[in-house]
Amino acid sequence: MKDKFNFLKNSSVKSMFVTYAIVIVAYLVMEALMFTGSVNYLLMDLLVPLCVYSIVAIGLCLCVGYLGELSLGHAGFMCIGAFTSATFSSLTKEFISNEIVAFLLAFVIGTIFAGLFGFLIGIPVLRLRGDYLAIVTLAFGEIIKNIINVLFIGKDSKGIHVAIVDPDALKMEADGKYIINGAKGISGTPHLSNFTIGVILILISLFIVYNLVHSRSGRAVMAIRDNRIAAESVGLNVTGYKLMAFSISAAIAGAGGVLYAHNLSTLTATPANFGYNMSIMILVFVVLGGMRSFRGSIIAAVLLTMLPEMLRGLSDYRMLIYSVVLIAMMLFNWSPKFKELRSKYAGVFKRNKKSKEAV
Amino acid sequence: MSMLEVRNLGISFGGLRAVDNFNIKIEKGQLYGLIGPNGAGKTTLFNLLTGVYKPDKGVILLDGEDITGKKTTDINKAGIARTFQNIRLFKDLSVLDNVKVGLHNSFRYSVLTGILRLPKFRKVEKEMNQKAMELLKVFGLENEAHFVASNLPYGKQRKLEIARALATNPKLLLLDEPAAGMNPNETKELMDTIRFVQKEFDMTILLIEHDMKLVSGICEELTVLNFGQVLTQGETSKVLNDPQVITAYLGE
Repeated sequence: MKDKFNFLKNSSVKSMFVTYAIVIVAYLVMEALMFTGSVNYLLMDLLVPLCVYSIVAIGLCLCVGYLGELSLGHAGFMCIGAFTSATFSSLTKEFISNEIVAFLLAFVIGTIFAGLFGFLIGIPVLRLRGDYLAIVTLAFGEIIKNIINVLFIGKDSKGIHVAIVDPDALKMEADGKYIINGAKGISGTPHLSNFTIGVILILISLFIVYNLVHSRSGRAVMAIRDNRIAAESVGLNVTGYKLMAFSISAAIAGAGGVLYAHNLSTLTATPANFGYNMSIMILVFVVLGGMRSFRGSIIAAVLLTMLPEMLRGLSDYRMLIYSVVLIAMMLFNWSPKFKELRSKYAGVFKRNKKSKEAV
Repeated sequence: MSMLEVRNLGISFGGLRAVDNFNIKIEKGQLYGLIGPNGAGKTTLFNLLTGVYKPDKGVILLDGEDITGKKTTDINKAGIARTFQNIRLFKDLSVLDNVKVGLHNSFRYSVLTGILRLPKFRKVEKEMNQKAMELLKVFGLENEAHFVASNLPYGKQRKLEIARALATNPKLLLLDEPAAGMNPNETKELMDTIRFVQKEFDMTILLIEHDMKLVSGICEELTVLNFGQVLTQGETSKVLNDPQVITAYLGE
């Protein structure tokens, strides 16, 4: 019987390490290619966004696949993480010279704020049954984006000024400096993100979600997803666990936002980066990745982000091809025949391993 | 003191008085049956006892503690566990994990301990695995421990539900039609299991059942419900021979 426990432990641990290994190998290959100079600039510019989308997809996968709640506003949490951390970085960039310390602090601020907003939204919404979370998060994402577009924060010798809609209401001195300048956003954010930091953040996010899912609390979250009434009948604090999982999911999306913000010198909140389309796009990554697979979410995020860029040469046809690939992937990934094939190959893999172990 | 004492319990849905003026006293270690025709209010009564519905009248005392109107979660913590008429397992979790969710409140470590995999995590998880396997053995499910719950055959799903309920370490176990959909052999086996649980865990059990063989075979006392009201109460053999019960439920 003891062997059986070990097997269970091993199988989940194995799957986890396979994912870590894939991320690390992909990183090393990419670094090696960059070292030899065989990577074009287009792809190099894509590396950090790839990490950003992977991280947010990991966060959303926790929410959709494991908590079983649909969120259409993860771009909003990403936005919170991006703007709070970028504000912090612009305010403190004169005082903190060490780049790693500066990024760490910005990271902590961004994730905490995103998690906090997730928590605040969750308090009323997660008590309800049904698709209310999807509706509220959808609205939240849009509201946050629009508020930031009319938000003005300035700094002068007297301190920090905040105003909404009217920049003159800041009443700053002539030498005052804008931190957030309405629709023009935040400019002059220190460029602290890079591919290495992005990959490290992916690994940290994976570590958190995998360990959470395979712990007592994660079991409770999945039990609530599977049957709320039964979960209550065995004494689980349903709202509490939902809130916990949703806040962590929002915080991870916020971490993606921090990485995003520190990759750009000018950060603005536009429909393209923090709008509804982005939320849906990340949802597409999660769904195509297999809903409950963090690894799948990352792979889908990387492939679908790279695809339109790789097809750039085909100009007008690229979005057409993109949509065809999307449909093909969906049909392929969920078709019974392919599932069968996949489990067959997985079986072969395991058998090979066993026979190797036997030798 | 009785394990469960219910006084004057009642609830209405719109104009329908689903349960009215319900009284019951169950002693510790008793195996008590609740029978009655369809729609008599049996499952509604279970839902009242477990806090799914809030009664508009009456008092529920569990082991002397007033649990009337409390939330389902708190009532489970106070000591009532149940199974469901239409099986409600955590269908995508493994059989072992289903039981481990039942153990959730008895074995604790924090969210952070789980995420950081601190030594306490390994220790507590090991204890949980052992305890869960012990429970699965009682129900003969130890070989299916790593199956996904929804892949179990019907009879075993029912047993797993009882195992999960027992894992919460209750004082009172409510079984809602445990033998529904079982063949005679499975029912017989289930009767043995229920008796075993009663003896081994010194458990007080209240069960709803339509299978008269099971009811007359294991229940010590019975309450018959009809149209939300108690028709008769008492020792099993007396109740089953009561002319009123025969007319209302059993048939000539």
